[in-house]
Amino acid sequence: MNEKTYRFHFYQNRKIYFAISIVVLVVGILASIIIGPKLDIQFAGGSMILYSVEGGQADAAGIETAIVDSIGRDCEVTISQDITTGGEQVNVSFAGNQAMTPEEQTQVTEALQSAYPDLGFELLSSSSVEASMGARFFQKCLVCFAITAVFLLVYIALRFRKIGGLAAGVTAVIALMHDVLIAFCVFVIFGLDVDDVFIAVILTILGYSLNATIVVYDRVRENRRKLGPKVGYDEILNLSMNQTLSRTVLTSLCTFLALVVVFIVALIFNIDTVVSFALPMMAGVAAGCFSSQFIAPNLFGMWQIHKRNKLDAAKRKA
Amino acid sequence: MKRVKKPVFFVVALLILALVVTSLFGVYGQHGDFKVTYIKGAGDIRWGIDIRGGVEATFSPADGVEATTEQLEAAKEIIETRMVSQSITDYEIYTDPTNNRIIVRFPWRSDEQDYDPEAAIDELAATAQLTFRQGMEYETSEYAEDGSIVYRTPSGTTAENIILEGSDVVTAEPRMTQDETTGEYQYVVALTLSDEGAQKFAQATTAMVGETISIWMDDVMLSAPTVKQAITNGECVITGDFTSEEATQLAARIQAGALPFALQVSSFSSMPPTLGAQALDAMLLAGIIAFVVISLLMIVIFRLPGVVAVISLASQVGLCMAAISGFFPFLNSYTMTLPGLAGIVLSIGMGVDANVISASRIREELKGGKTLDGALKLGFSESFWAIFDGNITTLIVAVMLMGVFGPSNILSIIFGESTTGAIFSFGFTLLVGIIGNFIMGMTATRLMTLSLAGFKGLHKKWLFGGARGDE
Repeated sequence: MNEKTYRFHFYQNRKIYFAISIVVLVVGILASIIIGPKLDIQFAGGSMILYSVEGGQADAAGIETAIVDSIGRDCEVTISQDITTGGEQVNVSFAGNQAMTPEEQTQVTEALQSAYPDLGFELLSSSSVEASMGARFFQKCLVCFAITAVFLLVYIALRFRKIGGLAAGVTAVIALMHDVLIAFCVFVIFGLDVDDVFIAVILTILGYSLNATIVVYDRVRENRRKLGPKVGYDEILNLSMNQTLSRTVLTSLCTFLALVVVFIVALIFNIDTVVSFALPMMAGVAAGCFSSQFIAPNLFGMWQIHKRNKLDAAKRKA
Repeated sequence: MKRVKKPVFFVVALLILALVVTSLFGVYGQHGDFKVTYIKGAGDIRWGIDIRGGVEATFSPADGVEATTEQLEAAKEIIETRMVSQSITDYEIYTDPTNNRIIVRFPWRSDEQDYDPEAAIDELAATAQLTFRQGMEYETSEYAEDGSIVYRTPSGTTAENIILEGSDVVTAEPRMTQDETTGEYQYVVALTLSDEGAQKFAQATTAMVGETISIWMDDVMLSAPTVKQAITNGECVITGDFTSEEATQLAARIQAGALPFALQVSSFSSMPPTLGAQALDAMLLAGIIAFVVISLLMIVIFRLPGVVAVISLASQVGLCMAAISGFFPFLNSYTMTLPGLAGIVLSIGMGVDANVISASRIREELKGGKTLDGALKLGFSESFWAIFDGNITTLIVAVMLMGVFGPSNILSIIFGESTTGAIFSFGFTLLVGIIGNFIMGMTATRLMTLSLAGFKGLHKKWLFGGARGDE
């Protein structure tokens, strides 16, 4: 036996972990409120056209006027650098309830091409969604999350009923919300579009984090069975968290490394969608690792110990 | 403990090797000039428009008309006919009667030079031109994907002499009739014409008994029946050796030409075909590097169980590929989208995790002073429920996603049919991954590890994570 077994006092140090989480969340949420989420038109409705421009500086105000003159709709124009080609990208977005028709899009393209013949406007991508469709999609996502959360609660509560299923379920879901919030903040802070990539990220993080939490709870369940009811919850929790620590860290590390590789390759080849998947995923995996190992079990412990104390007090009274 | 026989490792490993190789590279043969696909490989995977670029559009009846389900189906037929005639075969299309719309997705052809999404969409949504013409002369004919012949562009008298147009047809519906002499049932398409149409048709058919009248949608010939007798009452049937599907399809196409509304584009998006091949190669590269990194990490940390874990992970990758490419005859090939890839990433992660949990449990038991056999037995049995519960909860998420975001789903009543197949594909790949995890991550890993432990040279605690020199 030349390797040591971990003996951290996780439960006693819980306030430190809570404090870390709360600070990260508060900073993240404040930053998100200041920056403001970029809700993709997939949710918000509206239209977006992306052009590539070569051979000169595009002028946002001029482009805007040209578009308003051609189809009479207000729009917002942003210009960004395209690293791969060295040219520029012009992003034209139209808010509003009316989706754009293909004819209108052709008109816009023609207007820009004739107003700036030297710039070589070329259509890269476009999308257009009716506001009502976007809103409905968003509602559907929320309903789906809610139903899924209920199913998970029920399953966890049943499987862990021996150690207080409701507590296990609720704390696991709290840990999930924690991770989802952090991933959301990463999206907002890095200015990534909240679109279906965002949903894929959130779902993946949900899966990972939940799995990690379950593994810790499984160990609590096993230790409870082996050590009997005499041993206090704090001791069982500490033991379980120490035993699962290397597994949680290792699995998260594997996933994290895989994501780092994907992120770097996507960055080199300039694959935007994959970058906006990998970056928040890395944050989410880290958050999931932390919440499953430090937040959920400690919340669970506090719940159980509080319950036990109340029961004891009631017994003493009686 | 029940021993697992030594050859088991080789049998499992060989099966896995076969699965991985065939699912990645496929099995192809050469039959004359045709390439025959016996087993589809990773190269046959259809990539979604979010990866290789393409167009997604939603059509709905113009001016707020509420279309019936049959009318929407008919409109869908028009769009399908047009896509086939533009040789877009790789499309997805579905109708959503609840929300009164039709959703279409199609990728760019790999040889697409002329990148013009507006024109492509406009062409699909244009009002269908249904015509009944004299004769069946055409300019070109070509083979469609399914082997049938497509005749295009009327010529000669067929081009000149239009007998009926879409507005002359009131209804077209499939029917089943019994032949009076033979007693056999056959499928036919029954047409009802408008008064004006009936007049025109009566005139034409009286003059043309025994000749052919061809029916065209835009530029493509749908059918070329022969006039058996003059039709004067505006009711006629088209017979032929139709199957039930063929009759339904033809009826829907003719009906489509007589739709009382035009289609308008209520939303559309296009992705440039730039991501295409280069990005896929890049992602493949990333996948290989990531797999190597994880493999090294697993082997360094867990030694022998790490090697086993790498084999079983490879099999999970193979299984995912197989489920998507259409490797299994009972599973259709699947359009792979970005969220679908995310689902695979998650399920591979779950696979790594299953192996990490049992391998670290074995190591823990060894450190606790158990014999190797005891540690192996306990390691697998005690870690079972952790892996099981973790996978079942993820399974719940996967099934929910498929249920909610599938083409027709449990929330259809409230929200109508789905528009985003992307999330459905996340659920699908995740589900496949979880099933793979039960087969490979749990069963195959256990069989291989126990069988390897049976070899004398490998029956060492050190190889399973115990301290060095500890026999």
